Amino acid sequence: MRKTLTLAAAAVIGSALCAAPVLAQESPTLKKIKDTGSITLGHRESSIPFSYYDDKQQVIGYSHEMMLKAVDAIKAELKLAKLDVKLMPVTSANRITLLQNGTVDMECGSTTNNLERQKQVGFSTSIFVIGTRLMAKKDAGVKDFPDLAGKNVVTTAGTTSERLIRKMNEEKQMKMNIISAKDHGESFLTLESGRAVAFMMDDALLYGEMAKAKRPGDWVVVGTAQSKEAYGCMLRKDDAGFKKVVDAALTKAMTSGEAEKIYNKWFMNPIPPKGLNLNMPLSDDMKALYKAPNDKAYE
Amino acid sequence: MYEFDWSSIPGALPLLGKGLLVTLEVTLTAIVVGIGWGTLLAVARLSSNRLLSFLAAGYVNLFRSVPLVMVILWFYLIVPQALKGLFGQDIGDIRLVSALVAFALFEAAYYSEIIRAGIQSVPKGQVAAGLALGLTPGQTMRLVVLPQAFRNMIPLLLTQAIILFQDTSLVYVIGLSDFFGTAYKVGDRDGRLVELLLFAGAAYFVICFTVSRLVKHLQARFIK
Amino acid sequence: MNYNWNWSVFLTPVPSGETTYLGWLFTGLQWTVALSLSAWVIALVVGSIVGVLRTVPNRWLSSFAAVYVECFRNVPLLVQLFSWYFVLPELLPPALGNAYKQSDPLLQQFLAAMLCLGLFTAARVAEQVRAGIESLPRGQKNAGLAMGFTLAQVYRHVLLPMAFRIIVPPLTSEFLNIFKNSAVATTIGLIELSRQAQQLVDYTAQPYEAFIAVTLLYVCINVTVMFLMRRLEEKVRVPGFIGGK
Repeated sequence: MRKTLTLAAAAVIGSALCAAPVLAQESPTLKKIKDTGSITLGHRESSIPFSYYDDKQQVIGYSHEMMLKAVDAIKAELKLAKLDVKLMPVTSANRITLLQNGTVDMECGSTTNNLERQKQVGFSTSIFVIGTRLMAKKDAGVKDFPDLAGKNVVTTAGTTSERLIRKMNEEKQMKMNIISAKDHGESFLTLESGRAVAFMMDDALLYGEMAKAKRPGDWVVVGTAQSKEAYGCMLRKDDAGFKKVVDAALTKAMTSGEAEKIYNKWFMNPIPPKGLNLNMPLSDDMKALYKAPNDKAYE
Repeated sequence: MYEFDWSSIPGALPLLGKGLLVTLEVTLTAIVVGIGWGTLLAVARLSSNRLLSFLAAGYVNLFRSVPLVMVILWFYLIVPQALKGLFGQDIGDIRLVSALVAFALFEAAYYSEIIRAGIQSVPKGQVAAGLALGLTPGQTMRLVVLPQAFRNMIPLLLTQAIILFQDTSLVYVIGLSDFFGTAYKVGDRDGRLVELLLFAGAAYFVICFTVSRLVKHLQARFIK
Repeated sequence: MNYNWNWSVFLTPVPSGETTYLGWLFTGLQWTVALSLSAWVIALVVGSIVGVLRTVPNRWLSSFAAVYVECFRNVPLLVQLFSWYFVLPELLPPALGNAYKQSDPLLQQFLAAMLCLGLFTAARVAEQVRAGIESLPRGQKNAGLAMGFTLAQVYRHVLLPMAFRIIVPPLTSEFLNIFKNSAVATTIGLIELSRQAQQLVDYTAQPYEAFIAVTLLYVCINVTVMFLMRRLEEKVRVPGFIGGK
């Protein structure tokens, strides 16, 4: 027992003295960040309100602020006086490739943590929980997924929704025409211009897209959630040292109440670009997540 | 009927100007590197060294049979890794760098074909004369053949440059904000895609049409 | 670089289960070929008409043709494609536009891409046709007219048969270009080859296999077209001209 204590004490002192080098050695990403004094963050261009551009082309959003919390922790962990933060926009379709090939070091946007993706990348503690639903025009007569049979439906390429709806179409022989748009902005454009009767996506993102509609009141989010999904920050696979630092920072933000403040800022208050309030109170799933942060995928 | 609303364009002009600079940067880099590397390829292709000429022909034919969109995507995939090996981590906007590399190497294949034709258009007697004067084959190429070849090729090289200027809009596929990409993003942001697309089309037309007139003018002066 | 090569990825079924990834590639190949061939028909027909109009002795017709060529040559293909796809349906009368937009998206994408590629290439074909006609000695036209042919008959029986035989080589390269340019249709979501490449990367996270396979397919298309066009060139070569028999 005493030996363990001494060891623990030594470890604490040791980590205080030279934690950075030790950790950096264990983690290729941390080592890279330390060596170059810079970190490249992947962000989205139109994932409202998670990660998107405001009208001055600045990246803002809930996930982005959570990511910056992690960056602060990385900077402190590595004891860097200055950390150069570079931003790199990614799309649903290229985010995994860009993370794997080293273009970005981490990505917090609206990326679902699921088992399929876990084969390719690592995920931090989850930062959000969503359900995949539909957005449609109020008077279009779309109430739920069965109403979509034979109609044009849009979703964003490379998302879990795309896989779900293709599968549904195949299994239930619904004869939907599925349009895969490049990003959420283009998906909404497809919906708004009348090319599709419904847009399937994560509910929070649908509310976000609604916020930039010409007439937000024309649109509703409907349908039974087809899946419950947890968003996490993507990290490179098998980089435990890096994940540890990021997880600690996110967990601290969630259990200390900071995350809820950020949540309220983005979901319960007017947000750019049009000053619309999404009015999405904290769900039970989110409350549970904040109480006990974890990196589990639903499914 | 559709109601046009052009009001989002004036405010977006500074952004569009920035985008135009990116377009020009890609175009000019591709012209300079493309002509340089293209000349080497053309000379290699015409050289008596079988291996050299085979490799140059392979390069040119490969690039000429693959769509530019694929080439841009390829380099977007490869460049980050290759660059890290070459320059370390600090490489700035990877999309711009990979677009620059992709366009330069792609255009070189097209330029090399133009240059090869230009070299072949120089009468054989010129080479013989150069060699008879005691110049080495390298010197003959550099001092006698290439200057005449380039003079003949200038209109074609410029026409290719106009095509290239238009083709740079394809960096859209990797999300780089060139002139077109910026116009698209502004249109998407303000819900005025129709107007922004028409505006971008008109701007490209004015630029390309003016330059192509100039090229015609030049052509008339050069070829008498 | 530690990359896990996995070529068997093509044989694994796609998530929705109805085919394999190889099946996706073939769908892509079919769309690329269908798009290119149908656009080529438009390009040849429209291009020949515009090219002929540029050479006729009528100011209105020839300037109309000149304007056509300049418009389609001086605007990037991508901008043209987006105009056909995003702008045109908005400019139609609302009822018609909405009905069109509710139709099968694949059909909309294909039509927009086909029209765009066809009319874009037509401008380039027109220039070749014009050059072909202008390369013929003026005496041919005059001889035809002197024999009592109408102008239309001169074009039909004297000028065009020669001009087309002369311009086969440059048309070959335009034909090759149309296959390459068809990749631009990826930007409006048509599931042609290069779109499938990107989708494969997204679904399988094996970017190199997907890109290499698709690149090879493009090279194959290129080689096939070149082989066929060579055969055609040999057949139609005009004796007595450079490269003739």
